[in-house]
Amino acid sequence: MHMADALLSPAVGTTLWAGTAAVTSYASKKLKREIDDRTIPLMGVLGAFIFAAQMINFTIPGTGSSGHLGGGMILAIILGPHAAILVIASVLTVQALFFADGGLLALGCNIWNLGFYPCYLVYPLLYKPLVGNSQKPGRILVASLVSAVTALQLGAFSVVLETLLSGKSELPFGAFLLLMQPIHLAIGIIEGLVTAGIINYVRSARPELLETMAALRPLDASISLKKIMATFIVLAVITGGALSWFASTHPDGLEWSIEKVTGKGELPEQENGIAPVLKGIQEKTAFLPDYGFKPAGNDAKEGEAPPVWPGIEAGTSVAGLIGAVIVLGMIVLIGMGIRSFRRGCT
Amino acid sequence: MTFSDHYFDIDRLDRLSRKETFVHRLDPRVKTIATMLFLITVISFPKYEVAALVPFFLFPVLMLTLGDIPAGFIAGKILLVSPFAILIGLFNPFLDTRIVAVVAGLPVSAGILSFLSILLKFVLTISAALLLIATTSFPGVCHALRQLGFPAIFVSQLLLLYRYLFVLLEEAMRIVRARDMRSSGARGAGVRVFVRLVGVLFLRAVDRAERIYHAMLSRGFQGDLPTLRPSRVTAVDLAFLAATIAFLAGFRFSQVAEGIGRSAQELLR
Repeated sequence: MHMADALLSPAVGTTLWAGTAAVTSYASKKLKREIDDRTIPLMGVLGAFIFAAQMINFTIPGTGSSGHLGGGMILAIILGPHAAILVIASVLTVQALFFADGGLLALGCNIWNLGFYPCYLVYPLLYKPLVGNSQKPGRILVASLVSAVTALQLGAFSVVLETLLSGKSELPFGAFLLLMQPIHLAIGIIEGLVTAGIINYVRSARPELLETMAALRPLDASISLKKIMATFIVLAVITGGALSWFASTHPDGLEWSIEKVTGKGELPEQENGIAPVLKGIQEKTAFLPDYGFKPAGNDAKEGEAPPVWPGIEAGTSVAGLIGAVIVLGMIVLIGMGIRSFRRGCT
Repeated sequence: MTFSDHYFDIDRLDRLSRKETFVHRLDPRVKTIATMLFLITVISFPKYEVAALVPFFLFPVLMLTLGDIPAGFIAGKILLVSPFAILIGLFNPFLDTRIVAVVAGLPVSAGILSFLSILLKFVLTISAALLLIATTSFPGVCHALRQLGFPAIFVSQLLLLYRYLFVLLEEAMRIVRARDMRSSGARGAGVRVFVRLVGVLFLRAVDRAERIYHAMLSRGFQGDLPTLRPSRVTAVDLAFLAATIAFLAGFRFSQVAEGIGRSAQELLR
């Protein structure tokens, strides 16, 4: 699943971009030294191949819904980690620009989530040792399954972490995890099966091909999730409804339900571990330290958690709303004005 | 949305990017940098900010109208993209129910504000990315990345990917059509057939890469794909960049929308 710009904070987005930039330039340096020119067209064409393969759907056994190849793992197996991460990055770039999957700031996160894990963690640490020197289809199947599942679980977990550290979503850690990991377990199993199938087919049809390509491994696969999505939305609404019921019937229902889900209160969690460190960085790097965002009152009762929501006077937000509508109207008028002016010119 | 719709959209964006307007003629590097700055500024707004985000629609609207890009097409694409951000944001109104304002007698919770904020950011960021590609062209963006210091290998294979995307997508569409004609109902749509089809597609892709490589070698390929189109940053480009930065900074640090709303309220009184 693609991380999205709208859920990101600048600190998380730029950190992941920095990580991704480091990894891809490392891969490029490695490739420059190790490969011949022939690999460059191969990489480009295999990137296009991933898109083409995604056009071919298949029926997922037992569910009736349809899936397609993600591709991360297959690329890693076929091209080796260094070339594969560049191809994955390219595929994600095209998706971000043309399909608006995720976005340009989230691209760093997405390359990390869908490229770094399969290429630099799962492939060397799981796939290669599991396959060994064996050419047996059964071994490749097991190795592909384990690898695809692991890679997607890591990726999904990263999406959860990135969203949480960005702090734009209210979803508590535990609940978010429960939404993401099982879906990606299913996706991972299917991706693993399909990956192994393709590798084994290629191996039997043209045994020499994969050898000449040194290291083999597949690209990031995601299922087209229409049915699962529908279930997901229903579940989301039910869960949300239940949580808001708790929130309204308990004196401090929100904290109560979050404690239920995460096992600990919301605030202590933010005071431990990595969150405050990153928050500190974020506060330093933010353009403006969350101005209208500070808790309005220190008048929260002693011993009680300070309100997460900063008191905003109703007048301010009404003014904001009116202003927003006026500004939007002005922008629409400007746009229409330019458009009719251009028409008038031609 | 099916994948072949995606394919036609790539084609349409590609054709739009070949127009000749003021926006299209701007240097790709300048447009890429301006878009990234725009995205970072939009994303930097705090969680509950709604009103201050609205003025930023001016940027996509100007790119859209000055670049002569059909608004309906971009809007349609925004509506159809992956619902992930919205799905995750949808939880906010249920989880963050503190009432922070009463508008026209209806209580507004903090969660609704943060959800609205996510929605606005979503539309702004997605449209900025789509408009970048619709006014710059994919090869243009690639060369800009190369000039901005991205590794040559990465950019070369990205360009090749784009060049062969259309060829391989058409091949895949032929394969799908052939399968559909030979299968009745669910027959032939399973994983087994799929694996073989993709395997064949893979073998053809590899053979094609080999032929491409030989063709490129005979034309003097040495590992890099230079562009023949010289790109020079002109005064107009710098003025555009400066205006963008001034616009972003101005609207980031001042509460324009809220100010206008206040004065409107006072006028009405």
